[in-house]
Amino acid sequence: MEKNYAIESNKLSIHYGHFTAVRDVSIKIEPQKITAIIGPSGCGKSTLLRALNRMNDFVPGCHVTGELLLQGQNLYGRDIDPVEVRRKIGMVFQKPNPFPKSIYENIAWGARINGFKGKMDDLVEQSLRSAALWDEVKDKLQESAYALSGGQQQRLCIARTIAIQPEIILMDEPASALDPISTLRIEELMQELKKNYTIIIVTHNMQQAARASDFTAMMMIDDQRAGGVIEFDETKKIFTRPQDKRTEDYVTGRFG
Amino acid sequence: MKQENITAENKAFRPLNLARKISPAESAIQVLLFLAGILSIFVTVAIVYELGKEAMLFFTNPDVTLGKFLGTTKWQPGIGQYGIWALVSATLVTSFVAIFISLPLGLAAAIYLSEYASFKSRSILKPILEVLAGIPTVVYGYFALLFVTPILKAIFGDQLQVYNMLSAGIVMGIMILPLISSMSEDALSAVPRSLREAAYAMGATKVETSLQVVVPAALSGIGAALIVGISRAVGETMIVAVASGSGPNFSFNPLDAAETMTGHIARISGGDLSYNSIDYTSLFAIAMMLFLLTLVLNLISQWVVSRFRERYE
Amino acid sequence: MNKNMNTNNHYPQGQDFRHVLNARYRVATVWQTLFLSALLIAIISLMALIYNVVDGAFGYIAYEYKNDPSEFTSTPLAELTQEELAAILKENLSSGAYKKLNNEQPVAERSQADLFTLFMERLVQLDTKGTWSMTDSLMNGEEIRAEVAKKYPKAQLEFRSWLTPQFLVTPMSSKAEFAGVRTAVLGSLWLVGIAILFALPIGTGAAIYLQEYAPKNWFTSIIQTNINNLAGVPSIVYGMLGLAIFVRVLEPLTSGALFGVTDSNGRTILSAGLTMGVLVLPLIIINAQEAIKAVPDSLRQAAYGVGATRWQTVWYHVLPNSLPGILTGSILALSRALGETAPLIVVGASTFISLDPSGPFSKFTALPIQIYQWTTRAQSEFHAIAAGAIIVLLVLLLSLNATAVLLRNRFQRRW
Repeated sequence: MEKNYAIESNKLSIHYGHFTAVRDVSIKIEPQKITAIIGPSGCGKSTLLRALNRMNDFVPGCHVTGELLLQGQNLYGRDIDPVEVRRKIGMVFQKPNPFPKSIYENIAWGARINGFKGKMDDLVEQSLRSAALWDEVKDKLQESAYALSGGQQQRLCIARTIAIQPEIILMDEPASALDPISTLRIEELMQELKKNYTIIIVTHNMQQAARASDFTAMMMIDDQRAGGVIEFDETKKIFTRPQDKRTEDYVTGRFG
Repeated sequence: MKQENITAENKAFRPLNLARKISPAESAIQVLLFLAGILSIFVTVAIVYELGKEAMLFFTNPDVTLGKFLGTTKWQPGIGQYGIWALVSATLVTSFVAIFISLPLGLAAAIYLSEYASFKSRSILKPILEVLAGIPTVVYGYFALLFVTPILKAIFGDQLQVYNMLSAGIVMGIMILPLISSMSEDALSAVPRSLREAAYAMGATKVETSLQVVVPAALSGIGAALIVGISRAVGETMIVAVASGSGPNFSFNPLDAAETMTGHIARISGGDLSYNSIDYTSLFAIAMMLFLLTLVLNLISQWVVSRFRERYE
Repeated sequence: MNKNMNTNNHYPQGQDFRHVLNARYRVATVWQTLFLSALLIAIISLMALIYNVVDGAFGYIAYEYKNDPSEFTSTPLAELTQEELAAILKENLSSGAYKKLNNEQPVAERSQADLFTLFMERLVQLDTKGTWSMTDSLMNGEEIRAEVAKKYPKAQLEFRSWLTPQFLVTPMSSKAEFAGVRTAVLGSLWLVGIAILFALPIGTGAAIYLQEYAPKNWFTSIIQTNINNLAGVPSIVYGMLGLAIFVRVLEPLTSGALFGVTDSNGRTILSAGLTMGVLVLPLIIINAQEAIKAVPDSLRQAAYGVGATRWQTVWYHVLPNSLPGILTGSILALSRALGETAPLIVVGASTFISLDPSGPFSKFTALPIQIYQWTTRAQSEFHAIAAGAIIVLLVLLLSLNATAVLLRNRFQRRW
């Protein structure tokens, strides 16, 4: 029987005008697992990640070829609504970017625009608990989100994403702007979240990929400066028995 | 110093003196530039001093009491009527109409330009707004009296006087629109892209992102635009001088003719005034009020803008 | 498919979500239309304004001659020469009136156009019965002709352009039909010239001081705040300042009494020009500062590196590189000064002068002042020449701005 994947790409390429930034990516992401995308900087990791929930739509001149399938539907198909795509595939960004609203509103806003009908207070509490933030903020829900520390802000952003209950959460180097303790907390949180969500994370930190992910996609640019996935496998294989010489060089630190 | 000279002599056969030399030309230039720099302070001092001096003459006139000034509604200093409200009311009404028109339109235009317009349509639309901003106000006055007033006349009929505050206010709103729109657009563009992305990533539409995330985040900048708009409306002269009526009239009905503070200064000073008459000094009292009011408004708006910039640096 | 942790899901799913989303899109369309229509309203206003002015500057005029031209001469009007006109005027005007004319400017030296105007104004005594806007004239030509024929059987009706080459070179006149903007345009040029002579050097100097010399301390920041504030002071307040300082306190200087001019008071071109200069000073400073800021520090460091003094660095490197920007800013400030009206009224623009300004101590009028005075007259023929004068003003402004844009594009440098 055909295995069910959370999302799969088929010869997915991303172009900026005439320049091809990412070429022919074909990967199948397993549900309820953490998949890490690693590779040297400039290899198109973030570009690929942003293509997965059509955030690239906002970049002028950017267009995508190939297929990206979510439950059998091509997300770049003609009749696909990008707003609905993003509602199903949430995203956490490199730098914490809470809205300049209260902590409560940061979570309630997304739920409200998406037509949430339940009790908002419960949703806020549940989301904050899931993001391991509830105990720290439960007494100051009406305070500005900007009053939180960087690590707390990033967990708030995760909570806000969980609140709209997406299928997949994309994380674009979510800990790169944080201190080691906060980073650790985010990683622990990811392990909790994967019980319910599929997580795809871009990271430049190989230890993080090795520690936290189940699968790893290794990206590299080719001679035309287009990025591509050169190897995709279980994380422990990538880090112990890589098939590709370039992957081996990279994960052992012999690259760049 | 001596030490250096000796070693330099040994090495280069030439005395080296690194002591600070005073060049008269350089110093003179620096002094001149400094004077140019502080001239602006001098201008402000001159405004405050001259306006203040004449205004004091007005207020120390035994006939002028604070009670009459603030407590009555007829203004004709020549015959002992000093009720400033007769002029302030028209300034309030015209400015209110102007802001009522220009704030929503200017903000909407700014949202369109900042969030929706493509690079190409921006490059067409922005210059049009700039042209609108560059038209002399006396031309707007002509437009108010000979285009807008007849249209309003057709709508309101005889209730509308030939000179009226409504027409002047509407046209003033059109005049201020580009200012509010460009300042608001600056404020909207200063909102970091990451906030928009956060909203989109949660499945928000463009309008939801613009109205519920970007606009609230830019609210203080938009507030600054509003304040500058008010200050511009209060100080605007020619549109009201042409279209709003000549004669102080305590009325809050926009369909009435009434003279604003600025319009009054323009009309009275246009005639031959004898220095030191109560008419003359009273104009300075009004001008002083205008100056202080716009000064406070401008200071507030600058403070708001600088705080706003800090927040997103 | 993975299961969400929340078993009782409160979000609309599938078809329900589609409905919610479609409703959201409808709201989105409404808002987007509103945003766009704000811009459309701005564009329509601009169109309406331009239409309104052009509409006023052309159209039918109905007029009567009080005295038929044939009473004075047998030559057809279009063929009258300067000499003939001079002779007719001498013959038919009262000797006092002729003497007065000759005193203002000898009749023999006046142009044909000038004399023709005098002839029509004083002797033929043209009397305008009515004017119509361009749209009115074109749409309702028949009715207008019928109405004029009925009400003023003796009147002539013709389609007239109020904006003619003649209009540009004719001085002021108390009759709209013969008035021109020559005096006003010359006055405006004088004012703007004086303003820029005053404000450009001082403004550039102030900008250099603030960008290149001033220490970063509270005093400098006060100067900077003060300049920003001055840029927002209503122009009529500058007028009051001009009235108090230039017209009154500095009267000996601005009236020219110090230089031996006796027949004027402080309400001169010089006073008005200086007032305008003070008014545009903050704009020039702010623009020049921007231009100087755009010069990269590497250039300054290069100059210091080869041992240049601060002033040498400014004079040989910073200024030449920021000059296009400074000039562009000054031109924009000029166009502001060209359109300003309120301060001129306060400083004391003359309501009627028909003689060209002869120097800084002349009485003055200016283009926007003329527009103001003509617009506020009750007779429609004055509105027509106001429209003509507005077109002249707008064309002047447009060419100034076009120059600024060209200058900016020509010298724009990418660092």
